[in-house]
Amino acid sequence: MQPDGERGAEQHERLLGIEELRVRFPGAGRAAVDGVSLAVRRGECLGVVGESGAGKSLTFLAALGLLPKGAEVSGRVRLGPQEVLGLTERALDRIRGRRVGVIFQDPMSSLTPHLTIGAQLAEPIARHIGLGRRAARARAQGLLERVQLPEAARSMRQYPHELSGGMRQRAMIAIALACEPELLIADEPTTALDVTLQAQILALLAQFKREQRMGLILITHDFGAVAGLADRLVVMRAGQVIESGPVAAVLRHPGEPYTRELLRAAGEPPAEQPPRAACAVAAAPVLSVEGLEVRFRYAAGLLRRRSLPALEAVTVSLGAGESLGVVGESGCGKTTLTRAALRLIRAERGQVLWLGQNPARLSARRIRGLRRDLQLIFQDPLGSLDPHLSVEQLVSEPLEIHQSGLGPAQRRERVHAMLARVGLEPALYARRVHELSGGQCQRVGIARAMILAPRLLVCDEPLSALDVRAQRQIRLLLTELSAEQRVSLLFVSHDLALVRHLCERALVLYLGRMVELGPTDELFARPLHPYTRELIEAIALPDPDLQPARLAKVRLGEARRLEQPGGCAFRLRCAHATAVCAERIPPWVSAGEGRWVACHHFGDWADGMLSP
Amino acid sequence: MLGYALRRIAGIVPVLLILLTVSFFVIRLAPGGPFAAGRALPARTRAQLERLYGLNRPLLVQYAHYLRALAHGNLGPSYSMRDETVAGLIASGLPVSAALGLAALALAVLTGVPLGARAALRRDGPLDRSLAAFAALTLALPSFVTGPLLALVFGLWLRWLPVAGWQPDTPRDLILPAVTLALPLSASIARLMRASLLEVLGASYIRAARARGLGRARVLWRHALPPALVPVVSYLGPAATYLVTGSLVVETVFELPGTGRYLVQGALDRDYTLVMGMVLVYGTLTLLANLAADLLHAWLDPRVRHEPL
Amino acid sequence: MVLAAALIAVLALLALIGPATSPYSYSTLDWAHLSIPPGLTAEHWLGTDALGRDLYVRTVYGLRLSLIIGVLATAVSVLIGVAWGMLAGWVGGRLDAWMMRVVDVLYALPYLFIVLILAALFGRGNLVVLLLAIGAVGWLTLARVVRAQTLSLKRREFIEAARAAGLSGPQVLWRHVLPNLAGSIAVYATLMVPQMIVYESFLSFLGLGVEPPQASLGSLINAGARQMLTAPWLLLVPASVLIVLLLSFNILGDGLRDVLDATRR
Repeated sequence: MQPDGERGAEQHERLLGIEELRVRFPGAGRAAVDGVSLAVRRGECLGVVGESGAGKSLTFLAALGLLPKGAEVSGRVRLGPQEVLGLTERALDRIRGRRVGVIFQDPMSSLTPHLTIGAQLAEPIARHIGLGRRAARARAQGLLERVQLPEAARSMRQYPHELSGGMRQRAMIAIALACEPELLIADEPTTALDVTLQAQILALLAQFKREQRMGLILITHDFGAVAGLADRLVVMRAGQVIESGPVAAVLRHPGEPYTRELLRAAGEPPAEQPPRAACAVAAAPVLSVEGLEVRFRYAAGLLRRRSLPALEAVTVSLGAGESLGVVGESGCGKTTLTRAALRLIRAERGQVLWLGQNPARLSARRIRGLRRDLQLIFQDPLGSLDPHLSVEQLVSEPLEIHQSGLGPAQRRERVHAMLARVGLEPALYARRVHELSGGQCQRVGIARAMILAPRLLVCDEPLSALDVRAQRQIRLLLTELSAEQRVSLLFVSHDLALVRHLCERALVLYLGRMVELGPTDELFARPLHPYTRELIEAIALPDPDLQPARLAKVRLGEARRLEQPGGCAFRLRCAHATAVCAERIPPWVSAGEGRWVACHHFGDWADGMLSP
Repeated sequence: MLGYALRRIAGIVPVLLILLTVSFFVIRLAPGGPFAAGRALPARTRAQLERLYGLNRPLLVQYAHYLRALAHGNLGPSYSMRDETVAGLIASGLPVSAALGLAALALAVLTGVPLGARAALRRDGPLDRSLAAFAALTLALPSFVTGPLLALVFGLWLRWLPVAGWQPDTPRDLILPAVTLALPLSASIARLMRASLLEVLGASYIRAARARGLGRARVLWRHALPPALVPVVSYLGPAATYLVTGSLVVETVFELPGTGRYLVQGALDRDYTLVMGMVLVYGTLTLLANLAADLLHAWLDPRVRHEPL
Repeated sequence: MVLAAALIAVLALLALIGPATSPYSYSTLDWAHLSIPPGLTAEHWLGTDALGRDLYVRTVYGLRLSLIIGVLATAVSVLIGVAWGMLAGWVGGRLDAWMMRVVDVLYALPYLFIVLILAALFGRGNLVVLLLAIGAVGWLTLARVVRAQTLSLKRREFIEAARAAGLSGPQVLWRHVLPNLAGSIAVYATLMVPQMIVYESFLSFLGLGVEPPQASLGSLINAGARQMLTAPWLLLVPASVLIVLLLSFNILGDGLRDVLDATRR
């Protein structure tokens, strides 16, 4: 149901009012929160958006008295008629958990590791509502059912590490809602989760907001989440509110240049992209992978070893100058595919060809020589650069290895030219990576990869660790460089929108198997596999007209893991699954014009499908 | 949990056996023997003694004999102290050593944990600062320095406590030795406790627990303390090792009739059976302490329990 | 920390040239001055022991021995520990499991106790055996630390990046693993020196270390403790030198660790 009636309604009473809030840490020059004023009404969702370090979370931690000792806080914070700032710890404890619930970003580190979910859930119920042990536990289990946790009774006895990421976040939500608070503060509740889970969690929050008529504060950097859930929006930068208003107004007509920049970075329409030069696919493919299987071994007891398939029967090839996107949720084998394709991990079965040659038949020395043409850019820009080397040394290293004939002066020249090309100033060349920002580190990583003018660039989620604006800059840099040097691109990402911008073709993986492959535009316009469709539907569009309705359609249930192997791996999550899906693994079949799919039923349902 | 415990206990036996085997042969590799020349024994007496104790037979036979006797709980006679059996010597010395070790351990835990926790809660307060200085000092002081110094100050100059010696049933005699032994241990535990509690208090789940309005005391006792105790518990293994070696010194300094002196003296006298007995006792003790530490750890942290060994 | 480093330097210098600044040698017996207390104007400004040997010279001499043994034993430990830990961590798998099992077992044993037995059996007064025995037990902790860090380095992406860039195994170890381990190795080595000194003193204290008339700080303290009733300076002088030495090393090591932690962040 579209909650239009509640949007922007002015007559609701004010729940939380923050005025002129300032937070300053001793020793810090600038105030971390600098005169923030905002208000939330009952039944309303306020979106708080901004880049990391903007003071979004600090504002609300300060309001609840949760900042570390020594922080100086001033201003006014009112919950209903009551002034909250300056209350004693005891008085605050009657508000926290009772009247205001909080959901934190990372559900793993925010749940106490040595207590069961049930114990942690019953704790605030017993304290704030005064129920006895059994009554509290009964209510706790009811809450777990309401957040759609499968097997609630069993989850009660489990420890946080035994649950999956999505289940943990559901448990966190249950704890925050345990005492039916008037206000729920959700601090980046979906950032650590996969696309499909993000959509489910947001849909769940939307449902609770509707049913309990509580106030909801959604702190996020994701405009898509805001568009789907928020009624009003506040944009923060450097500790200040720079823009606020009804969500539709701000998203459609942003007043501040900064907001416009953020919005552009979040949801650039594909038309703005410089189109990749379409190349005739000729000659041998740069990279081809055939029947690749990778298994992960683990100890299942003192002597027993078991293995799980991380990748099964993957066959794909990439022509010169072509770009291929690989998408899927975490654990689907995306990263494993890149590592196995570059022979950084061992494959159980199948073969890999580099520029038409089989490295399995080459000497170690020849393999190292070939690596020159196959470069890799990592997800974590900081972690992928050796901390004890300077920027210049880092970029110079590939040249030292592969072009040892170069003199120091020539090498220096090449390194400096490359660093200038990726937009790093000479002042940074002598720095170590921990002195650089995330975006700068990723530029170093790109320079390191591109200095050898490789034929293939493998990018493993190169943007996901970066801030929104840095994401856009690095994305543009990658597009330019790959067009300039006519390098083939294997681009791994959980972000479908990104792959849609960057890649000509896309491969969808689910639990280590290929489920769909095709030209990106067609794949988006007419997905053939139900999983692809689910992924596309889960994309949060920063569009306040479309997104709430899309969110309302998301199915809330947590998918259970496949316990019995065999058949289609996706069948437990699939609305179209039939008996045959449990019996046979769907074959990989051609579906015309370069499209491939592995689904028993794709012909049946894909015809009647609606475009998202 | 029970299965985990049983598996770990079973793991001790082979380690102990290896230890005993290695010790058995290493001791015999050393030059000289229990009745070797230079001990003023006529050659004939020596030969008789060696025949009596089976020392003239091949090493492997001796080893087999030793193991068979051990299986029946017989640790053999002492070679250097005639008329004494190793088991008898241990039975007379061990209570003293055990009383000393346990008293020191209790003292160290009961002072170290609260001090460290308090210092963490009042970070950079006066207690925290003085604890840091105290810890740095005591950790730099080996017990063979603190022991004599304490005896000098409290025994000789202030005359509050006995300088050395031991009479049965006089706990006063144990105070100085136990304090000497406990001091560095207490400092280590306090430091560990402080660091780990600070780390836990900074964790997201503590902030999350506070955000649920559970109250300071409950957050501290239920959410913060158990994980903060994990490093302290893990330290029990090294602590036991320290206590074993430290007690050797302390027993020497304060002239306590514990088992410590048998080890050094036994090795010097080439009293094979006595040294083996000591290896068995102290080896078992440290292995058991390490085991207890691991089990406590598993009890405090559910993640350990689920890991395969 | 600077103060600690300076103190170590002063003590090392003293150990180096100290014995030469006095007319007496560590074994000179001065029958005219038996058991005299310290006095600044006296011929023996730190006093003498019951045999009339000059306490200043004997302490400085003991300091020299303690330092030499501490540093050399640390070197032995570092060599074994780094090699063992790096090999186990880098190769991984069964070899790692086996190598670490060995460390675990040795760790669970009262190692000093084993050194004690070894020293009593073979090494009474034999400095080389003493050194090897002490050095051979100190490497366990370092091997664990180095292994853990090698393992975590191995999982870090920059190592994978180096391999993807075409570096060979030894090249990766030499260019990327070892330099990143260097900091922690330095810290642990600094903290290990005082430990080794304590081990040596401990053995000497139990009469298993150096033989008289040679002196180490441990044997001096042992001798002093026996006569503390009549001549407390014999205990206090070597004990304070030992305390200052150990404290300096500990403070220096802790300080280095803080610096290292700070740069890691």
